[in-house]
Amino acid sequence: MAESLAFALAENLAAAGLAVDTCYQCRKCSNGCPLVFAMDLPPDRVIRLALLGGEAELLACRTIWVCSSCETCTTRCPNGIDIAGVMDWLKEQAVAKGAAVPEPEVRDFHRAFLGAVKLMGGRLSEPVVMALYTLKGGRWLTKLRRSAAAGELATALGLLKRRRLPLTPPPRLGGAGEVARILRRW
Amino acid sequence: MKLSYYPGCSLEGTAADYAASIAGVAELLGLTLAELPDWNCCGASAAHSLDEAAARALPVRNLRLAQTVGLDVVAPCALCFNRLKAGAKALAAEGERPTFRVWDLLDLLTQPYFLQRMADLRARPLTGLQAVCYYGCLVNRPPHITDAANPENPGNMEKLLQVLGATPLEWSFKTDCCGAGLAVARPDLIDRLVQRLYDRALRAGAECLVVSCQMCQANLDLPQARISRQAGKKYELPVLYFTELIALALGHPEVPRWLARHLVDPRPLLTAKGLL
Repeated sequence: MAESLAFALAENLAAAGLAVDTCYQCRKCSNGCPLVFAMDLPPDRVIRLALLGGEAELLACRTIWVCSSCETCTTRCPNGIDIAGVMDWLKEQAVAKGAAVPEPEVRDFHRAFLGAVKLMGGRLSEPVVMALYTLKGGRWLTKLRRSAAAGELATALGLLKRRRLPLTPPPRLGGAGEVARILRRW
Repeated sequence: MKLSYYPGCSLEGTAADYAASIAGVAELLGLTLAELPDWNCCGASAAHSLDEAAARALPVRNLRLAQTVGLDVVAPCALCFNRLKAGAKALAAEGERPTFRVWDLLDLLTQPYFLQRMADLRARPLTGLQAVCYYGCLVNRPPHITDAANPENPGNMEKLLQVLGATPLEWSFKTDCCGAGLAVARPDLIDRLVQRLYDRALRAGAECLVVSCQMCQANLDLPQARISRQAGKKYELPVLYFTELIALALGHPEVPRWLARHLVDPRPLLTAKGLL
């Protein structure tokens, strides 16, 4: 039983077009990764664990959230493994399965983004995504405490002065309903 | 020449300066950019991180709109371009091949036809301007999506700068990630990536960075004061859009007004070079 379960993760990835079984651990992905310094598992270990069925460890790791999706690993993999795609797949699984996410900021920003697009009728409003993100879970309080708010306010004022903060919402699309259906989960 | 134009959300917002320079350059080059009617957000990193189905469906809706227009589509944002290309590849894999092409704006404007037009129309060569070209990630990577011929070492922006009379400097970091997608959630991480890019640009002898993506522009321009404070040394590297340099070399009168909207003001550098 344990053995068959161990293969399930790699098989699910393969079914999503993200086969990992050709990895021979050359570590080119990890060596080229610009964010490896912030990761708990270098990308080559993510792929290895996927092969070995280490689902619980992968869904709870920091790596998948600090990955910036720069696609360097996917571009360079000599075996054509879509490593950045694997990171995305794991993020989606982690949220779907309610795993404890060690980088809630990143997850919440993505959520706020999709929520803002749906709310505004099909296009993103940058001030709205910032508002949704900052208001979530008392994040504004943490920011005030860390005095990060002052710097952000200065940047926002700088943009406002240069007429780069949109003061009107984006137009609500004719296809707003269609977009809302696509984003129904958010 | 007429194309469908997919500006992307931030060009209606924080990248209004980029949008203005694109309109100016299109006018100078006789390029008609017809905004795709009712286009929607491409979903960006948020969709491909959390919802693969949405990451596919959002660009596919735009591609279907573009199919009814029938013209090639051009996107000035690296991420929008990448998502539109990914959508087109997904459709193609199912046998539904769009009859039009999706262009990245830099790729389009560095086709021989436009480079020749710029050479012909050049009113003020950008002589003496030492710049590094910064492409970022998603216009070129991954090549199975972008169809980039040279994803590790693209050269079209350097070629453009030469036509404009500027001096593009060689450096090895033109496609290194600046982390823009993490700028809100993890600014500490992008500070490290971005400072590294400043240092490498300076080491190459650059007086400014030239970009073709508004996410890169914002991520390199906005935190410069903060990074300077933290590093205890003053960085003052203007981050210019390639479209601003085209317009400057071709003598568009509005250029100083676009430049005034950057956080790191490029006007002192360009004035010192006798270009403004």
